[in-house]
Amino acid sequence: MWEKNKRTICNLILVGIIILLMILIDLFAPSTSMWFSVLRKVCTFALAAVSMNLLNGFTGLFSLGQAGFMLLGAYTYAILTIPVNMRSNVFRNYGDSVIHFQMPLVAALILAGIVAAFFAFLIGLPVLRLKSDYLAIATLGFAEIVRGLVQLQSFGPVTNGPDPINMFTAPKSITVYAAISGISIFIIVLMINSTYGRAFKAIRDDEIAAEAMGINLAHHKQLSFVISSFFCGIAGAMMAMCNTSVSSVSFTTSMTYQILLVVVIGGIGSISGSIIAAFIFYASSEWWLKFLDLETYTKAGSKVPLLGPGFRMVVFSILIMIIVLFFRQGIMGTREISVYDGIMKIKSVFVKDRAKGGESHE
Amino acid sequence: MSKNVLRVENLTMQFGGVVAVNNLSMEINEGEIVALIGPNGAGKTTAFNAITGVYEPTNGAVYFNDQKIIENHPQGKMKKLYAGKNADMYKQALVKTPDELTKLGMARTFQNIRLFKSMTVFDNVLTAKHLRRTSNIFTATFKLNREEELKMRKDTEELLKLVELYDVKDEIATGLPYGKQRKLEIARALATEPSLLLLDEPAAGMNPQETEELTKFIHYIREKFSLTILLIEHHMNLVMDISDRIYVIDFGEEIAEGVPAEIQANKRVIDAYLGVSEDE
Repeated sequence: MWEKNKRTICNLILVGIIILLMILIDLFAPSTSMWFSVLRKVCTFALAAVSMNLLNGFTGLFSLGQAGFMLLGAYTYAILTIPVNMRSNVFRNYGDSVIHFQMPLVAALILAGIVAAFFAFLIGLPVLRLKSDYLAIATLGFAEIVRGLVQLQSFGPVTNGPDPINMFTAPKSITVYAAISGISIFIIVLMINSTYGRAFKAIRDDEIAAEAMGINLAHHKQLSFVISSFFCGIAGAMMAMCNTSVSSVSFTTSMTYQILLVVVIGGIGSISGSIIAAFIFYASSEWWLKFLDLETYTKAGSKVPLLGPGFRMVVFSILIMIIVLFFRQGIMGTREISVYDGIMKIKSVFVKDRAKGGESHE
Repeated sequence: MSKNVLRVENLTMQFGGVVAVNNLSMEINEGEIVALIGPNGAGKTTAFNAITGVYEPTNGAVYFNDQKIIENHPQGKMKKLYAGKNADMYKQALVKTPDELTKLGMARTFQNIRLFKSMTVFDNVLTAKHLRRTSNIFTATFKLNREEELKMRKDTEELLKLVELYDVKDEIATGLPYGKQRKLEIARALATEPSLLLLDEPAAGMNPQETEELTKFIHYIREKFSLTILLIEHHMNLVMDISDRIYVIDFGEEIAEGVPAEIQANKRVIDAYLGVSEDE
């Protein structure tokens, strides 16, 4: 038990350090720093990836409906937090918005999750009877249908049709994003470590055995699907805040694939893996590899070969291929990061070296 | 008279035109170890699956502790195709799912071991405690069920000590040697607190020494947990050693029933296993 406590404490210290770093960046980094846009995106997609991991990695349900649930969350959040006096301006093509109040940020966030979860509940009933690839196709279809539906003219007074929604509450501070994402992920981790989490893993490992052990498959799959979608909805709302504008065209299938890629790179079934992968993925695609897209000239004036628009994606794709080839389990596999174990490992190497040193002295 | 725990009535399982189990009736009394045997392809596992809710039987009924758990009658296309007996005896269509049956107190193991692969020995057994929970997803997530969780863990530890798997509790389940995996599967079934344990070929793939240990183990758990046991088995030594009664089926039909000595002397059983000599 003490061993376990030490692990928890060490990991909490790590989380504390990360939060402190974020607050420091928030306070002292120049407002033009890339850290802001990158970290906002990382927080958003870390949550999206973790919620997808809950479904795909921990319950073994291969679902690709993430973009759809994020869209529902993003729209709900955006529609509810536009200031009342701005509404007629945003919805000018449809006369006025049907909603005439503004909700506080936290309430709108939770509602964004609830709307996504409600739709997940509705489609979960028929869709979760399907297995593996079929489930993926059905949920993918759902995401596309939702994207089509919100653009309909007749929903205009609510969703603003195909026009983007903007002017809603969108905090700039990274701390807000980190807090939303952090609390959500913390709740998911608590759940995975509870008796329900074990039941989810049992379903992933062997459905037939899980059912024979008294786990109601339909109920638990539905539960996992609804909870995953709830947090997906919140991630969608965070994405809306990030972009300061919501439009259905940004919630494409390719976004779902991006999240899936983050999950795979991080390790299917590892929460810390998903977070690390989200950071690496978005930091490199949005920032570290950005220079590859710029035409660069050497001091002598000749153009550096290959660098130019589009080259970033080539390098990026090759990197992903390398990761998938050499880390077949992703960065973390199904393990979780543990500071304590890391320290112990380093210590054991160190101690062994010293022991060797001692021997050579004699 | 002792109370019967499981009663199978006129159970028929038909796939298309093939009658896999025909009009099988069995009674298992409290505290008994009953074996269901038969040559390859006799329909043992099919019968087992129909009793445990994996298949919907075509006709017949199953009672567990005098509560009807399964009843079915030929429906739809089966009405015309049905080749079994007692077609008009049953009217209701009721099939409880495996998880409901486990909740009632029927636990089973599998012919080809089905452990939770990625989990440790401890977690495998702990997961089976999930069905006796009183917490819901919120109380479980926010650790408001601490007492229950601690009790689950304590019970699991005790169970693992009882079955002598405590020293390997932190190993990944599928990394254990074969005999221990079997034992773990039985332990996991015991964790659901059953009154009836159904074992599907528990000695499959075991050497004679392991089989002997298993025989002792089954006796031990029956005493310890006051269980009633139904098993399917190929190992005749094991069956003859531990069974109180034996049912023999061949081509889906019951051909004999009795205590081990009777079965060993039964001519129909010997014929079914060795084939009928053409000279007779």
